[in-house]
Amino acid sequence: MSWVDAVVHGILLGGVYALLATGLSLMFGVMRIINLAHGSLALVGAYMTFLVVEHAGGSTYVAMLPVLAGALVVGYALQRTVLERSLRGGELVPLLTTFGLLIVIANLLQKFFSPDVRGLASGGIGTANWSVGGGLTIAWFDVLVLVIAVGVLTGLHLLLRRTQLGRELRATAADADTAELLGVNSRAVYARATAIAVATAALAGVFFAMRSNFDPTTGPTQLIYAFEAVVIGGVGSLWGTLVGGIVLGVAQTVGAQIDVQYFALAGHVVFLAVLTCRAMLQAGGLRVLGRLAA
Amino acid sequence: MSDHALAATPPRLHVERWNPLSAAFTGALVVTVGVLAFAPELFSQGTLDNLIQLYFLVMLAIMWNALAGYGGLVSVGQQAFIGIGAYAVVYLSVQHSLNPYLAMLLAALIGGAISIPIAAIVLWLRGGAFAIGMWVVAEVVAILVSLDASLGGGTGTSAVLAFNLRYTPEQRLRNTYWFALAAAAALLVVLFLLLRSRLGASLQAIRDDEEAAASVGVRVLLGKGVLFVLAGAGCAAAGAVIVAWQLSILPLGPDSIFGINWSADMIFMVLVGGLGTFEGPIIGAVILYLLDTYLSSRMGIWYLVMLGGVAIGVALFFPRGIWGTIQERLSVRLLPVGYRLRERSGG
Repeated sequence: MSWVDAVVHGILLGGVYALLATGLSLMFGVMRIINLAHGSLALVGAYMTFLVVEHAGGSTYVAMLPVLAGALVVGYALQRTVLERSLRGGELVPLLTTFGLLIVIANLLQKFFSPDVRGLASGGIGTANWSVGGGLTIAWFDVLVLVIAVGVLTGLHLLLRRTQLGRELRATAADADTAELLGVNSRAVYARATAIAVATAALAGVFFAMRSNFDPTTGPTQLIYAFEAVVIGGVGSLWGTLVGGIVLGVAQTVGAQIDVQYFALAGHVVFLAVLTCRAMLQAGGLRVLGRLAA
Repeated sequence: MSDHALAATPPRLHVERWNPLSAAFTGALVVTVGVLAFAPELFSQGTLDNLIQLYFLVMLAIMWNALAGYGGLVSVGQQAFIGIGAYAVVYLSVQHSLNPYLAMLLAALIGGAISIPIAAIVLWLRGGAFAIGMWVVAEVVAILVSLDASLGGGTGTSAVLAFNLRYTPEQRLRNTYWFALAAAAALLVVLFLLLRSRLGASLQAIRDDEEAAASVGVRVLLGKGVLFVLAGAGCAAAGAVIVAWQLSILPLGPDSIFGINWSADMIFMVLVGGLGTFEGPIIGAVILYLLDTYLSSRMGIWYLVMLGGVAIGVALFFPRGIWGTIQERLSVRLLPVGYRLRERSGG
């Protein structure tokens, strides 16, 4: 029975990773950059919510609202200041600047919040469980996170398919220069995409912090998991991100079922296995092409 | 360059590789390394200790630059090889009683050997995917090491036994100094020869435009693979020096031997010195060494904030770094790894 347990919890854990991976996937899809500071920005969202709760009191669910609004502004400003300039410097510069940002954020958090482990209160739903039967219990909070992840992905899907901004985003992603010729302001489009990405990151960070403890080193770990979800699910596909998150979550919980120490390792191994399969397919494909050419 | 291209060149121009300045500088560098070999006779133990740190920083900087500056491969996971090198030394010298310096030499080869299967998995990735893919590799190696109780598990291990059984602390310092100097010099020579070879020209073509290079027949994966294996061996050699220098190591956490802070150091050195220049990373290593010696203890956590901030600033506003800018303004090249077209002053 505990194996079924592990798989069910893994699927729910996938919601957390999918929620964080959404913004990463969106930025990659639109601008072809991987924001290495994505996990750190999510963690900043968690710490800011922590500050709001500490000073103004109240529920985490209310305290996160001003933080999410702030994250939109931060994302917009980040794009207009650092990332826009990085994009002009070529393919490698955004990696270098966002890695610099990751180091700066991790150490600033350590400076201002100390390395102590913290948590965010998750209210009544945080402790409520649903006994399915047969010894299997599901935490309602985990279901909530998965529902929110699906909700954010659906919202983003509708935004991309049904709105003017979505059309501009897709046009810019396909060909920024041609989109410019047709009157799309690609800089403004990029800035809005980053604003949305950072806001979803902050949302993911807050829910992660309500689910488990966090400290200043959590950001990079979460970035790695989110990235693995994106790659496992297939780069650039929003619904693939959800599948990737679930596969990663299941790999981790099943790994932990074998031995608690294998939690992270099992996820990494599945990720590397997916990469290896793709590499072999690609190499095989090249060989087939070579034979056709000969 | 083919005969045809040369024939098309106007007669007043000629292709130059060496000139008096670069010959003089290269000669001076060789002499400097020769003089530095006598440092154990000349300087105090504290100075030797500092110089060892400078040498492994140089090794890390030139290896990271070889990947990013010449192969276009930004890795945030080279600490995997630093840790592999360090743990290989402990494994061979403490558990199998090998001479620690022989173990350090073998550690570099082990790093190169392990990098081959890793290359087969990650070299298909481009840009950011390669960067994080390498980070995952570093995490996996760190977790595997921390799960191995015979290597000290999560609490780390020490190479102090292996050295103390055979050497006095003074001997250890001198031998480690010579090993570090020789390793740094050897890596510089290998990279210098590699970049001057036919492969070196194809590597720069890959960095400038991978698709275009592939379309004119450059074997992109081979070039990247050679750099990746060299960087694996070089970073493992640096890790071997690091364990001989600090003696005890930890597997987990940002400050550990598998820690992400090594990547921050490497990126800082290469960006500040000049990405894609041969001389720049050496300058970057000297700067990081000076900052680390004089500022890091005083600044505490702000030190790493500053490193990250300066790296962002340099990448955005000063992308050629110190040496790239000097090269551009003054058109000097001290270590000739490329060719230049110059106007003949006389006939």
